[in-house]
Amino acid sequence: MSAFTSKFADELIANAAYIGTPGKGILAADESTGTIGKRLASINVENNETNRRNLRELLFTAPGALPCLSGVILFEETLYQKSSDGKLFVDILKEGGVLPGIKVDKGTVELAGTNGETTTQGLDGLGERCKKYYEAGARFAKWRAVLKIGENEPSEHSIHENAYGLARYAVICQENGLVPIVEPEILVDGSHDIHKCAAVTEKVLAACYKALSDHHVLLEGTLLKPNMVTPGSDSAKVTPEVIAEHTVRALQRTVPAAVPAVVFLSGGQSEEEATKNLNAMNQLKTKKPWSLSFSFGRALQQSTLKTWAGKEENVKAAQEALYVRCKANSEATLGTYKGDAKLGDGAAESLHVKDYKY
Amino acid sequence: MSCFKSKFADELIANAAYIGTPGKGILAADESTGTIGKRFESINVENVEPNRRALRELLFTTPGALQYISGIILFEETLYQKTASGKLFVDVMKEAKVLPGIKVDKGTVELAGTNGETTTIGLDGLGDRCKKYYEAGARFAKWRAVLKIGANEPSELAIHENAYGLARYAVICQENGLVPIVEPEILVDGTHDIEKCAYVTERVLAACYKALSDHHVILEGTLLKPNMVTPGSDSGSKAKPEVIAEHTVRALQRTVPAAVPAVVFLSGGQSEEEATVNLNAINVLKGKKPWSLTFSYGRALQQSTLKAWGGKEENVGKAQSAFLARAKANSEASTGGYKGDAQLGEGASESLHVKDYKY
Repeated sequence: MSAFTSKFADELIANAAYIGTPGKGILAADESTGTIGKRLASINVENNETNRRNLRELLFTAPGALPCLSGVILFEETLYQKSSDGKLFVDILKEGGVLPGIKVDKGTVELAGTNGETTTQGLDGLGERCKKYYEAGARFAKWRAVLKIGENEPSEHSIHENAYGLARYAVICQENGLVPIVEPEILVDGSHDIHKCAAVTEKVLAACYKALSDHHVLLEGTLLKPNMVTPGSDSAKVTPEVIAEHTVRALQRTVPAAVPAVVFLSGGQSEEEATKNLNAMNQLKTKKPWSLSFSFGRALQQSTLKTWAGKEENVKAAQEALYVRCKANSEATLGTYKGDAKLGDGAAESLHVKDYKY
Repeated sequence: MSCFKSKFADELIANAAYIGTPGKGILAADESTGTIGKRFESINVENVEPNRRALRELLFTTPGALQYISGIILFEETLYQKTASGKLFVDVMKEAKVLPGIKVDKGTVELAGTNGETTTIGLDGLGDRCKKYYEAGARFAKWRAVLKIGANEPSELAIHENAYGLARYAVICQENGLVPIVEPEILVDGTHDIEKCAYVTERVLAACYKALSDHHVILEGTLLKPNMVTPGSDSGSKAKPEVIAEHTVRALQRTVPAAVPAVVFLSGGQSEEEATVNLNAINVLKGKKPWSLTFSYGRALQQSTLKAWGGKEENVGKAQSAFLARAKANSEASTGGYKGDAQLGEGASESLHVKDYKY
């Protein structure tokens, strides 16, 4: 078989398609303990298990939010946590029609002989871990590969390593019932223009789909989480329509129609930028045989975090801030966002951090 | 740039899109002198230049046929030939809004160390030849790579060589204003089932699009000419058109980027009627199909015509009727509207499969 026949094939295909339901998208709440620590530090909240639990409870029980979501990506700790009244988060999500997802990579390490390029680790024992996660209720997984644009980057070596790591992770997930999100993030850092980003994105995505083919991955049971095609963070900004045109063209040139949905990462974009860009893509009139949605972390949570600031009395307002962003992005997946979301504190703030280490 | 900036970019994109116009397709009339000789032999016609010219004139001047044709692939000799009244064939085509195409490969040679697998030659001086062909009126080109299914075939080597040969040919064409048809034919010979054919087709197409990406080919200015996904000729069972359609379209969904404007199927050894009915089923199938799906048929458009003609002037009218019937049928199939009612010419249901066919 070109795609191996996983006993989970029908389920994988159904779940991947569900995640791409028009009007829905993914909340990426899978910040590792270290990463969430940085977020909590920015609002002067102590990084302990209770606070991490409180934040996630705030997000998952926000009124009106879950109907805008098809999936939530979790960090391992969160997969086993419960709400304050003793209900497992995964059950809250399931009852809300949201598929639980799980981050399975173990971060990046540098590739010897390169100029700071990386590969992602986490393949050892991945099959067993996926089985456990499936038993705990997870139905999709995420693995983040990272590439950068520079004079001589990304190198052929780094593209190959990251593409083949993603493909191996993807097929192991499918063997164990988890829909793999394939995430080859090309960092926005740099002074390059949008054409350079487009060329690199097309090259990287072409390599990914060749690797997925070599590894017999069932494309109908996968999702793609790419960067949008934009100018580098140190070069001039462009309009959402220009971003939409270059991004969709890159996908048309590389992503097979069998892939049910593309769920964009937000990179360093502000909440409002990310929504507007997604909206512009969905308004573009051209061939788009996959749904185009979101898998946002910072771009869904920034205002919410600031509003919460770790205080119980702010929970309701923080949940409203989350609902505002969820609804805006839900509309953006339909191309109907009018730009009228009540902007929370920080919604227009760039979330770019140079050389961001997760 | 991911794709290099060809000065012909806009023209390539427009021509490739035009070839994929719903209701139209390609007549592959590019049989080399040797190959057309075999066709002539089967109808007892001498293989001389006037006869080759007469056959092509018969086809290109069939009343009402060219409206169903967006492009005709020619052999080099034909690019410079004229009608009996002295008009260049390429001008006859242009006036009928048919793009002239040109076969540019020089056949296959065996790959050392393999079990009869081949690679295609023709890259030497290809750029200059393309320039000449463009000047003579050609606007697209064709290069046929061949793979086979066997116990250990196609090998990784054969897939790689053929994919990268196709990609190099493709970018050279684009540098010189010709839309490249990318043709990675997987022969139907063999005892394998349809699943095996699907598996191999997906693998081969994935390799092709990686190679095209590496070579900076602008996909919007290309066409794909693949085999349909079918059981092997010796598998002992035929598949229904709906089954062929499902496997074929799925293979394309898994490998062919939406930027490619059209897929123009080869007919392989299928009979005229089979090729039409299968193309129709492909277009009737409900599913994501971000490229038009049409024909690039040689034998499957000309078989009845050849038999009706028999090389005789007095048969030209009859032969042209046969050609018109097939052209119209395939035009309908390219939009899923074929009712199976084409007046079947003699030989329309005849399999055109020749084992281990050498062009």
